[in-house]
Amino acid sequence: MSRLPFYLIVGLLLVAGTAFSIHRHLSLEVPWTPGEQRQVWEVEALINFEAQGDPALIDMALPANQQGFRVLTEHTASPGYGLSFVEDEGGRRAQWSIREASGSQQLFYTVQLLVSPDARAPDMPPPQLRRDIVWEQPYDTAAAQVIERAWNRSADPFTFARELMHDFSDERQGENVRLLLTQFQRSQLLVRLLNQAGVPAREVSGLYLEDGRRRQNLTSWVQVYDGEQWALFDPNSGEQGRPENLLLWETAGHAVLEVEGGSDSRVTFSMLTHNQPAAAAVRNQLSDDTLLNFSIHSLPLEEQALFQTILLIPIGALVVVLLRVLVGIKTSGTFMPVLIALAFIQTTLVTGLVGFLLVVAMGLVIRNYLSYLNLLLVARVSAVIITVIAIISIFSVLSYRFGLNAGLTITFFPMIILAWTIERMSILWEEEGPKEVLIQGGGSLLTAVLAYLAMNNPLIRHITFNFLGVQLILMALILLLGNYTGYRLLELRRFKPVTED
Amino acid sequence: MWTTPAKLRLKGIIGMNRRNIRYIGRYNSRRLYPLVDDKLKTKLLAQRYGITTPALIGTVSTQFGIKQLNKILGGHPGFVIKPAKGSGGKGILVIERVEGEHFIKPSGARLTLSDVERHVSNLLSGLYSLGGSPDVALIEALINFDEGLSEYTYEGVPDIRVIVFRGYPVMAMMRLSTAASDGKANLHQGAVGVGLDIATGTAIRGVQFDRTRQDHPDTGHELASLRIPDWRTLLLLAAGCYEMTGLGYLGTDMVLDRDFGPMLLELNARPGLAIQMANGEGLRQRLDLVEQQAEGITPEQRVAFAQKHFARHSELKEGPVQETAVAAG
Repeated sequence: MSRLPFYLIVGLLLVAGTAFSIHRHLSLEVPWTPGEQRQVWEVEALINFEAQGDPALIDMALPANQQGFRVLTEHTASPGYGLSFVEDEGGRRAQWSIREASGSQQLFYTVQLLVSPDARAPDMPPPQLRRDIVWEQPYDTAAAQVIERAWNRSADPFTFARELMHDFSDERQGENVRLLLTQFQRSQLLVRLLNQAGVPAREVSGLYLEDGRRRQNLTSWVQVYDGEQWALFDPNSGEQGRPENLLLWETAGHAVLEVEGGSDSRVTFSMLTHNQPAAAAVRNQLSDDTLLNFSIHSLPLEEQALFQTILLIPIGALVVVLLRVLVGIKTSGTFMPVLIALAFIQTTLVTGLVGFLLVVAMGLVIRNYLSYLNLLLVARVSAVIITVIAIISIFSVLSYRFGLNAGLTITFFPMIILAWTIERMSILWEEEGPKEVLIQGGGSLLTAVLAYLAMNNPLIRHITFNFLGVQLILMALILLLGNYTGYRLLELRRFKPVTED
Repeated sequence: MWTTPAKLRLKGIIGMNRRNIRYIGRYNSRRLYPLVDDKLKTKLLAQRYGITTPALIGTVSTQFGIKQLNKILGGHPGFVIKPAKGSGGKGILVIERVEGEHFIKPSGARLTLSDVERHVSNLLSGLYSLGGSPDVALIEALINFDEGLSEYTYEGVPDIRVIVFRGYPVMAMMRLSTAASDGKANLHQGAVGVGLDIATGTAIRGVQFDRTRQDHPDTGHELASLRIPDWRTLLLLAAGCYEMTGLGYLGTDMVLDRDFGPMLLELNARPGLAIQMANGEGLRQRLDLVEQQAEGITPEQRVAFAQKHFARHSELKEGPVQETAVAAG
């Protein structure tokens, strides 16, 4: 009988679980620990225009995931307007539309951006070189000369762009450049020249993020493609690279804002930044509904809270397996301790322990009397359930009267489980004596407390909730433990007399 | 207080995990469990295979059937009521004799008919069965156990547990009930376990509560002289249970009846590990040796093989005054 398939499955689960978790950590920025803080920028774009009483169509570019930033959430405020989000190779855009509008109009768009150094722009196909560039006389010769000058001093597209921009700087501006600048805007001209020289380039709009800044405007930047990647250049200084606080708002080379049926349109930005616990930042993240990004966070909040508990149960199960297989602790009911531990999470440990012991002790006394009544088993257990409910009610009322609000949490105990525990303990007492009740009851409580400590650990809660891959790892661990043929810890004591002689 | 895994391995002790995965998991097919978990099925099967068991007086399977109990019991001087699906000796009621209205337990406690009826009612509800499922009560004739062994036990009937692995009797012990165990033959409740030599059926070593003992705590009788009569027949009976059930790792519980000799009391598909304590030796080497043997060997040959290879000398002192112990095996 080969164990190979078994180890294959375990290995597969481990690899898949680890890979899945690392993927979530790397690509979605989910941190390993719950305490980490992440910087979040909130940017508000305000569009102003004068409507003329006609149908109006407003089309604005939107920022996308990019190097340094990840889009968390976005909201719009535009009463009366229809709104749709469009996504094409030109990037993401919002389109507002209205049948009739007049006077001054205001549209708001707010986006939350997570600062994440590892974020990357989605892969895009290499750009097509623009071949439709036509120069009029005498600009064509000027352009050709400017290109040739820079070309001779450069080695590749990036150095070429740098040299070109160098020639545009004030102290080195030649006649040709000055002539061209009379006709064209600086960055627009640069893009034309680069394309003319066979280097794909485009003009993009960037936004400097400064905390508390209002009425910030977009700035023009030039992106150059060297056949493998894009590089960003400052058209004024010729410096290559993205400043830390620059957000690229529009990257397709299109207009940022286009308004039909309006005039005097402009867009201004205001922004502020704040730090946020990483877990909350993750929760705000727009969930892409792909399989790899499969996440509990896409559920409504109420269901999320439920799942937070459900996903902890495997941890409790692992504790039970560890204690039973490696240590050899006896418990009453295999997974009863996990359920008790779940109740402890609601009640807190001390209240839970006291409540549990009180209810079980009272229950045992009453169960002892019930056994004299000579009832059928199901009827007796049902009677114990009702007794447990009565005990819990009395304790709740009493503790409330005495001002011990903690006592009210006793209702979180699973009553049917309590009733069965009482029934089992009672039979155990009759058959094996109080010592065995102490061993098994104590074992159950010890297991429950350990399971509670594991399940209530903030780090474990964070990891099980945010990394579903961990469930696969837990599965693999439990499978491995199920294969353990060595001695249990308590067997080292049990079998000791044999080794003595 | 603690020993090391290396020492246990040296002794060949097998632990629970190894027993569960390596032996029970591998050699005991789940679908065969009902044959041994239900004592009624075991009994009927044993009868078919010619294996002696205590005589069946009757069964009660429904609550209203309890009304017939008095009629079933009538005329029997003593009897045992057992749950068909009980485990670990739970729910077994032994009535030694009937005096008029009263049923007398071996301890001398007197029960009325309604006490017995209540016991049967609880039993049918599944109080003693695995998982609390509804059960059937078996009523068996009392075993007239061999007087020669009465000095070794207090109240209850001593039984002999033989571990049968792939049809080979690999290890055996006798369980003697004590006052501490309340007449029950469960080691963890305080019964004395006496390891038995597979070759001869003589006592090797005694333990109570995991500590070695030379005598019975209640009767004070030394254990060294304990010798099971009809030993080979008992081993053959135990070995035959392999063919009967198909279970590779089996605990067979036998009793010795004065008139009928060794009898099969019940089978256990998950026999405990305390037998290693009683024998002062681990099962590992013996199980390894048996695993190397081929299939398809008759019970007689298997018993002969076991008697040859698993023979051991007693560790017990012969008589209370004698100081020199026989060398350990």
